[in-house]
Amino acid sequence: MKTTNVVIAGLGGQGVLTSADILAEAAFITGLDVKKSELHGMSQRGGSVTSDVRFGHQVFSPMVPWGQADCLVVLESTQVDINRPGLRKDGILITPEQIDKKDLLHHRSLNIALLGALSRHLPDIAEPSWIQAMRTHLTATIQDVNIQIFLLARKSKS
Amino acid sequence: MTTDARLFLSGNEAVACAAYDAGVILGTGYPGTPSTEILEHFCALGGKAQWAPNEKIALEVAIGAAFGGGRAIATMKHVGLNVAADPFFTAAYTGVTGALIIVSADDPGMASSQNEQDNRHYAKAAGIPLLEPADSQEAYDFTAKAIEISERWCIPVLLRLTTRVCHSKSIILRKNLPKPSTAPFFQRDIKGRVMIPAHARIAHRKLRDKLSAIAAWNENSGLNIHIPGDPSLGIIASGIVCMHAREAASKASFLKIGMAYPLPVETIRSFVNQVKRAVVLEEGDSWLVEAIRAAGISVEGKAEMYRFGELNVNRVQRILNQDSSPEPVPPAGKPPQFCPGCPHRAVFETLRDLNCIVAGDIGCYTLGALPPFEAMDSCVCMGASIGIGLGLRHVLPREQAQQVVSVIGDSTFMHSGITGLIEMVYNPPATGHVVLILDNGTTAMTGLQEHPGTGRTLDHKPTRKIIPEDLAKALGIPRVHVTDPTADRDAFQKLLGESLASRKLVVIIARRPCLLSAKLIRKQGWGAHSSSEPKNP
Repeated sequence: MKTTNVVIAGLGGQGVLTSADILAEAAFITGLDVKKSELHGMSQRGGSVTSDVRFGHQVFSPMVPWGQADCLVVLESTQVDINRPGLRKDGILITPEQIDKKDLLHHRSLNIALLGALSRHLPDIAEPSWIQAMRTHLTATIQDVNIQIFLLARKSKS
Repeated sequence: MTTDARLFLSGNEAVACAAYDAGVILGTGYPGTPSTEILEHFCALGGKAQWAPNEKIALEVAIGAAFGGGRAIATMKHVGLNVAADPFFTAAYTGVTGALIIVSADDPGMASSQNEQDNRHYAKAAGIPLLEPADSQEAYDFTAKAIEISERWCIPVLLRLTTRVCHSKSIILRKNLPKPSTAPFFQRDIKGRVMIPAHARIAHRKLRDKLSAIAAWNENSGLNIHIPGDPSLGIIASGIVCMHAREAASKASFLKIGMAYPLPVETIRSFVNQVKRAVVLEEGDSWLVEAIRAAGISVEGKAEMYRFGELNVNRVQRILNQDSSPEPVPPAGKPPQFCPGCPHRAVFETLRDLNCIVAGDIGCYTLGALPPFEAMDSCVCMGASIGIGLGLRHVLPREQAQQVVSVIGDSTFMHSGITGLIEMVYNPPATGHVVLILDNGTTAMTGLQEHPGTGRTLDHKPTRKIIPEDLAKALGIPRVHVTDPTADRDAFQKLLGESLASRKLVVIIARRPCLLSAKLIRKQGWGAHSSSEPKNP
């Protein structure tokens, strides 16, 4: 099994790190080896933030080698250009434009909708693992609506 | 595979988990990226954890706990060990009765630091054993091993993490770690712990004997792992670089160094003899390669360009290919900035408008150096704003000298600004001086930690609160003002202008809570004692 490389990018405060936590947790629940890397600190103050998640049978480096991301999820359109070179040639780019506005039941949940869109491209992780991961990383009051948003985006054809 | 026994933890969480499982009695430190979460997680697990005012105090408290026979851990970022260097060096001489682990979280590449110093030098300089984990499992295992080494040889141990170990998550298996065999109890050892020259001369020799014994033990310690592979390429590496290298050169032979000081010289010699080409891969300075060469072993190092910044799979490939051509420059992201509504904004607009010469300090407010403010002229280390501001005042021509302002945050002031105020009172410049304390009621930069001025301990429980204006008044500073620049910017500008013109010593406390922390405090319902209500009279 080849290692799957996902990069999630956006700006501080958009939920990049939460999305990466959910993805990594879902891979962990699946029983795979998984590593996740991110930078804290200055990036918290509205600056560019990225987090790398890698999973497979055995993962060594926690960082996705530049140009080898299988999937790139970008939460903020202005961050697409600077991160696109990290994606491999036939890699999958997921951006806010791909989310149907009517499916985004809460404006703060764009990160979760994008995870739903991402999940269509990650056949190794089953739906219950995603749901369990969201229940682990989201506060109780917002779990149900976010799971609903995730599933709408996961099933959307766009 | 089941998930029952597995945990998915960051390196920081894994260190905390091992400390807790091994019965560490006290964790102490000062917040600093990338080390901060160690004590927070240790506390969340149920361990006794405390923020000290600075790293020197933290280490001294931990030394005391270890003199008393307990297992103690002191955590800090790499530059924090500079602050704690004084006790660090002499604790190597005194040794410990319990266990003492010092965690240094280094930041190669400077994700959020003012330098990328390589703290492996400290291990050799002080004579303190050095362990370097490469992932969360090793962060857990090596913390346990560090306790074992510390107790066996009665010596402090340095656990050196780097940003990518601290903040990367990977899978760990938690274990049944041996708990302390005895409870803390004071046993007098005047010759061993009172470092007057007569005692210290003996202690230094004793330390070198311990290090010789540990060096011999390290040859078979199990901390340095030989991973057999193609003998045409042998890679010697420690820490996170091993992980990059195993991906970059999966067929190579590896010697993974877990304990780099004292170095397992014979293990390395034997490995090098078995391979055709031996390459040392390391982040930061060429520390390992120099130590190996000093032992008379011929190894290949890296080009000077790889001293700078983090390594990764791509850069490791380049080193192995002896490629020192210019590297592609990654596109610049959006720089961080003050949050909307941040109380520091009004302060830096005023400093800019009054054309002040600003000796700055370390915190969120260092962003005041960037556009649109560009109102900070220096930032060197924690607390330096006051000393540097005074130095400028002493030498500049009068018209420039009276424009100098020292700007320091509340947590940084508690860390190492107080002695600066004492210097100001003791050696006042002819033009006076103005110190601006930006009191947002939290250690914002590192993620909203408590400090002695918030009136709450690490776990957000009320404790006695240190009031900076009371301290300033007690030192005899003639003008002490408390103001909120955001509420009335004109009044603040007038006050600052008058203070600069007064030629007196002035402390202005610009007080307004950090928006992020105020929200959190409201949500969590954390309270604080006032200074007049000591918790323990």
